[in-house]
Amino acid sequence: MRKLALICVVMVLAFLPPPLLGEVDSALLQDSVTVDLPEPPAPPGNVTATDNPNDNGRAIRVTWELSADDTTGMKNVIGYRINRAEARDAADSLWTEASDILPSGTTEFIHSGDGEEDGPDYFAKNYDFYYRVHALTADTFSVSAVVGPVQAKDNWYNTGVTFVLLFVALFIILTVTFVRIARKGKELYIRPLAGIEAVDEAIGRATEMGKPTLYILGLGSAADIATIASFAILSRVAKKVAEYQTPLLVPCYEPFVMTVAQDTVRAAYMDAGRPDDYDEDSVYFVTSSQFAYVAGVMGTMIREKPATNFYLGMFHAESLLLAETGAMIGSIQIAGTDQIAQLPFFVVACDYTLIGEELYAASVYLSREPVLLGTIKAQDWAKAVVVGTILAGLLARLLVDLDFIKTVFEVSV
Amino acid sequence: MKRQLPLMLVFLLGAFMIIQYFVPAQASLDAYEFILDWMIIIGIFAMALGIWSLMRVSWHKIKRRSHDWQYAALTLAGLFIMVLFGFEPIGGGLKSYLWLQFYEFVMVPVLATIFSLLAFFMASAAYRAFRARSLLAAVLLGSAMVLMFRVLPLGPLSDPINELAGWILVVPNLAAKRAILIGVGLGMVATSLKVILGIERSYLGRD
Amino acid sequence: MTFHERMITLDRRWIFLTLAVFVIIPFFLEFDIPVTVSKEVRDIYDFIEGLEAGDYILVGIDYDPNAMAELHPMSYAIIKQCFAKKLKVITLTLSQYGAGMAEQVVRDVADSTRIYHGFEPVYGEDYVFLGYRPYYAFVILGMGRDFRIPFPQDYYGTDLDSLPMMRGIRNYDQVECVIDMNGGTVADAWVSYGNGRYNVKLAFGLTGVMAADFYPFYQSGQIFGLMGGMKGAAEYEQLVDKPGPAKEAMKMQVFAHIVIIVFIGMANIGFFLGRRSRTKAGEVL
Repeated sequence: MRKLALICVVMVLAFLPPPLLGEVDSALLQDSVTVDLPEPPAPPGNVTATDNPNDNGRAIRVTWELSADDTTGMKNVIGYRINRAEARDAADSLWTEASDILPSGTTEFIHSGDGEEDGPDYFAKNYDFYYRVHALTADTFSVSAVVGPVQAKDNWYNTGVTFVLLFVALFIILTVTFVRIARKGKELYIRPLAGIEAVDEAIGRATEMGKPTLYILGLGSAADIATIASFAILSRVAKKVAEYQTPLLVPCYEPFVMTVAQDTVRAAYMDAGRPDDYDEDSVYFVTSSQFAYVAGVMGTMIREKPATNFYLGMFHAESLLLAETGAMIGSIQIAGTDQIAQLPFFVVACDYTLIGEELYAASVYLSREPVLLGTIKAQDWAKAVVVGTILAGLLARLLVDLDFIKTVFEVSV
Repeated sequence: MKRQLPLMLVFLLGAFMIIQYFVPAQASLDAYEFILDWMIIIGIFAMALGIWSLMRVSWHKIKRRSHDWQYAALTLAGLFIMVLFGFEPIGGGLKSYLWLQFYEFVMVPVLATIFSLLAFFMASAAYRAFRARSLLAAVLLGSAMVLMFRVLPLGPLSDPINELAGWILVVPNLAAKRAILIGVGLGMVATSLKVILGIERSYLGRD
Repeated sequence: MTFHERMITLDRRWIFLTLAVFVIIPFFLEFDIPVTVSKEVRDIYDFIEGLEAGDYILVGIDYDPNAMAELHPMSYAIIKQCFAKKLKVITLTLSQYGAGMAEQVVRDVADSTRIYHGFEPVYGEDYVFLGYRPYYAFVILGMGRDFRIPFPQDYYGTDLDSLPMMRGIRNYDQVECVIDMNGGTVADAWVSYGNGRYNVKLAFGLTGVMAADFYPFYQSGQIFGLMGGMKGAAEYEQLVDKPGPAKEAMKMQVFAHIVIIVFIGMANIGFFLGRRSRTKAGEVL
């Protein structure tokens, strides 16, 4: 009877997966029968568990040294598995799996959790956790010493982005300084932009021809910087249009952009002293489907034959479709976008193109307000800093093979 | 006051969003998500305004019998028909036969057609633009040719052309793009600061 | 007007007409364009080939109907390969007008696999279609925590937990990779949020116009593969050994390129002839 029981035990054990095997009382096995159990690998050494830095208190970083049988010794370690428990001497059944099997050669694991309470990956606040690392072979395993207690901490500053912080600070200082200098009345020189100088002429031409001016804000949302820059230009353009008393058409792709554009144009007409000339139907929504929008605007162009077209903002594949249609009907065209892929299309089909940052600077050029000129000057100086740093990095790399500049600028979000 | 309140809101929220970027704590993430939720909600309300604007402008055109008012009528018809078919109790919803027919056999081919116009416009734009008027224009023409030849099956010439085209894309092209990108990045920071600090306020309308 | 003046001031409608004619002609001609497979396309193929039956893969059909000419063949070829490898395929669309079209792709490939491979992919066990949700950036972020946040139900209104293959699948951690076909801004969001925030293993199928913008991400390893335009699609079709619409369309693409090259050549010859005759006439340039 005893023999039968032993055979049963051995059979059951043979079919159990290795982790479960570990929970069977090993003393029973050793005393009762001599089964050829595979020799466990050397356990992982020097395990550490620390709070993962720069996060929202939902991760613990676990490191260890490779088992002596990983790349050396028996060389039979196929991977590692991390376990977590809430007490140092917790029973085996209370240890939960913090990781899948990590491939051999791994020495670090970041146990990151989710917000699901009571789950195996939940990190309660101010709560102690303990970790241990298993080294696994094909048929057995060994366990490291338990480390802990460790808590996952909410971090209030991300040290990985210090460089960004420094740069933002520098930029704010530069902006404030130059705005002050400008306020004091000092003349600040910025180079002329051909596209901007053409704005007056373009609107003047529309007036002579008695044709409307078409202003397109692109496909960006009201939160995109290119669209915000375009609102500022629209405001100046609308003021000029109001002064010249030519019609303005602003078909919009996004309803939110439309509402802001309506306010901007209405305000510009008031500034120009012609609030009654503002037509509520001049700024309107077309559709939020890219190519349906293109079709709508192309139709407007062919029917209304605007004398001047502005394309300022964020553009995608529709850039050439719109600009070529405009070129076909003979409009003067001024474009500007920060979407690099679309710049060649605008350059080919438009009379003037504002490239990248020129779009952001354009409203300043149009207003010539000294305070705003200060911001452009700050931008130029910041660019000088960037160019200087790139050159320094290049020289450091070429001359002395120094990589430190690269590490200074590394950002991890 | 009507203008000071929005400016203050812009400053507070803008400053908050800058600070939020540097703070990884859970409370900061929660606040960020809360603001994003608001963006979605406002976006949905704005859509209603957009549709209202489209209907009003089209209706005015029809009422005044202005030039080509028929297109405005067609726009309204399209809007109402698709809404009707897509409306569960009347048309049977987004998986109903009629809605799918219009989607598959009107909308899909029309959108694809508009996009494919791009090929024709590219051809005519390339014809006008790529002329060796100067040394730089000749360089541009040369690199455009290399990239276009890459698509053609040219037997033993294919490999060197592919390599040259790859080099053009990855070295000079990428360098120029990065230079523009750095300018764009700085411009974005400058524009954001102008808005947050209230220096640029033309988008706000008037008192 | 002299001949060379005519060469440089051709009405664009002639160009449109010529291009149209030369795009249509190859339809009726039987010939083959040899396609050489580039490394960035092969990387995607090799990665999927390296997966084991039962592994999960997420395929994004994130384009509007306007980009279907270039991107449809990619979606078909990729999903075909996944079914042939008996992978579990999660599909979705983040494009406003893409839901109907994306569903069609998934159903088509499932049907054809039934016929050609003898393997019968069962909905809910071997593949699911999650459908469309707006605000793609939030959807991509949401799926990083749990697929059920943006998609509590699939396209047909079934709870995800009622679908056998979705049980135990929470987020990107259980998915081997994401292959995303797209023709717009969704690609940027996948790089910033999918790869940047959640370390998703990512590869793209993009329209020809967009592809050049994404090579830097391939170089930096943020995406592990890239199919660009019709050529990329044709290369993938060649890899999965199923020449299809992209391979066929390569014929037209080659013809179109030749037409454009000829027109550019013509414009330049006209330009130089004009310059020479003006110089001869003593004009100052």
